Amino acid sequence: MEPINEIAGRAIPYGAKNVDTDVIIPAHWLKTVSREGLGKGAFETVRAKPGNVFDDPRYEGAPILIAGDNFGCGSSREHAAWALLDMDVRVVIAPSFSDIFSSNAFKNGILAVALPQEQIDRLLAVAVEGELFVDLENQTVGTEMQDRFHFDVDPFRKHCLLNGLDEIGLTMERGDAISAYETRAASQLSFLSGPRAA
Amino acid sequence: MYEKIWDAHVVERRDDGTCLIYIDRHLVHEVTSPQAFEALRSTGRSVRRPDLTLAVPDHNLPTTARRTPDGRRIPIADPASATQLAALEANAPAFGIRYIGDADREQGIVHVVGPEQGFSLPGATIVCGDSHTAAHGGLGALAFGIGTSEVEHVLATQTLLLKQSRTMEVVVEGQLGPGVTAKDVVLHIIGTIGTAGGTGHVIEFRGNVFREMSVEARITVCNMAIEGGARAGLIAPDDTTFRYLKNRPMAPAGEEWDRALAWWKTLPTDEGARFDRSVHIDAADIPPTVTWGTSPEDTVPIDGAVPDPASFADPSKRAAAQASLDYMGLTAGTPMTDVTVQNVFIGSCTNSRIEDLRAAAAVLKGRRKADSVTWAIVVPGSGLVKEQAEEEGLDRIFTEAGLEWREPGCSACLGMNPDKVPAGERCASTSNRNFVGRQGPGARTHLLSPAMAAAAAVTGRLTDVRDLAPVAATEPA
Repeated sequence: MEPINEIAGRAIPYGAKNVDTDVIIPAHWLKTVSREGLGKGAFETVRAKPGNVFDDPRYEGAPILIAGDNFGCGSSREHAAWALLDMDVRVVIAPSFSDIFSSNAFKNGILAVALPQEQIDRLLAVAVEGELFVDLENQTVGTEMQDRFHFDVDPFRKHCLLNGLDEIGLTMERGDAISAYETRAASQLSFLSGPRAA
Repeated sequence: MYEKIWDAHVVERRDDGTCLIYIDRHLVHEVTSPQAFEALRSTGRSVRRPDLTLAVPDHNLPTTARRTPDGRRIPIADPASATQLAALEANAPAFGIRYIGDADREQGIVHVVGPEQGFSLPGATIVCGDSHTAAHGGLGALAFGIGTSEVEHVLATQTLLLKQSRTMEVVVEGQLGPGVTAKDVVLHIIGTIGTAGGTGHVIEFRGNVFREMSVEARITVCNMAIEGGARAGLIAPDDTTFRYLKNRPMAPAGEEWDRALAWWKTLPTDEGARFDRSVHIDAADIPPTVTWGTSPEDTVPIDGAVPDPASFADPSKRAAAQASLDYMGLTAGTPMTDVTVQNVFIGSCTNSRIEDLRAAAAVLKGRRKADSVTWAIVVPGSGLVKEQAEEEGLDRIFTEAGLEWREPGCSACLGMNPDKVPAGERCASTSNRNFVGRQGPGARTHLLSPAMAAAAAVTGRLTDVRDLAPVAATEPA
């Protein structure tokens, strides 16, 4: 996955709360066997309304999206993360995220930044005219004005995001530990070690 | 209980608290797996434990006949759906994974098939690229939905890197009122805690109400834990669970069964254990419940009315409520029982098991659907549920009432297969999500129990099932 560190640019001031994955990418777009091209279907129902932020030329190609709390609730579809990537969004800023979405975002090199609602409100106001600056190394979101907001990020996720590390590769290096667990489980939890054959 | 299952599955613990967790059972369906298999191919990786993996197509399958009378496959009209289904059918054998195909009698929705086959077990870690995997928590399994990258991670390593969740208990004690089912209980819980109420937590459902429920009802409750924001829901396994599982085809047998039973009995949460968060609900306060808006937390008693957006203190909630009402075509103050429906869907991984179909049939027996209901379908959760229902004559009750009796699959729960609700029309649906466009672009969904969906089919509007006495009133209620 693509490493991510400093992202500067326009931000889509979306701001909606409880944005579910059916809004991010409706189910009929999931009938694909590829990760590409989902940006076309992103926020389809929102874009059906004239004057929506996603079709506002000011935010075209913006690498940052600002939303309300509980962003990405609903289904486990990773297509939501792929759709955002396909829109060139690399950072989503919201007061909170659903658990599955934040995991999917991380695995695709999208940084999910959680900030308090009053800071989100400030960024939403600034984003209408100005750029935002996201710095993963120093864990800050800034504006062209004096704003510098600190955010928390899991150290392991930060390390992987900064270096573009493939989590599966990292886990496969732990193959011996996994084998040791399987040996242990085969004696202690033998009834879990495989469903009966048909 | 969550911590006991977690501890039993730790492969390695990192300094930062992240754990490599072993996964006992992996269910795979056609929508969230093709990119994972493709990535395995391109990186030259194989599936570590194909024997712990089970593949079943469900989301895209049409619920009409799949084979001609002489056994030939009926082509699927939508080429994109056909491609996804063909990919799973090819990927499963290519990676040595057991596959239950579209024409097998065991085929069905993954979350119905897993418990039914005894593939899902108490105390097991179970994952699937589908958020309703939480359903298997009804057996006392730690089960949760994952994204496609995690599907790939589990296929390749049989593990996931996870941070332990916080614990939350939702305790429901007391006596449920008449007409109140597991679906009403879970809708009421979500209405109480909100769709983000369980975020970061695993919810254990506790109290006599859950202890007295059947396994199928418990699966309905845990299925919707994700709609309350919790990645997983759990109900302690007990004799009801063990009776349900014994002799299931893939469940342990003989000596292994005895060993399993001994361990399962150690799983329930210890007396006096502390949860990070507790919610207590009196069973008597739970009414038959429906949703009015476009989020599962938008619940209201069936004898209540569409809420007034102005009644929400939070301005963003007020705006969301107004947008919901606009989408739903509803006016504040309208009694819910005045809301007419043109479509009825009985099915989905939430409510498509045999007890759900029996509950719907009990209401429909001797009745006919209203003429104003133009589309009403009953979709069993699996081929085995279908067989059982036909043996009991439920299919005839449905068809005589004017409902269609279909083949198993996810159907109208989500707009991925031909079963869709037309734009602007309303559907009384036993599924789990009432999101904008979930059942088709512009479709308006009201979530409710199977009995209430059946009642809505009869009257053509949302209906309090308590007002609809069985036609053959020979049995006591």
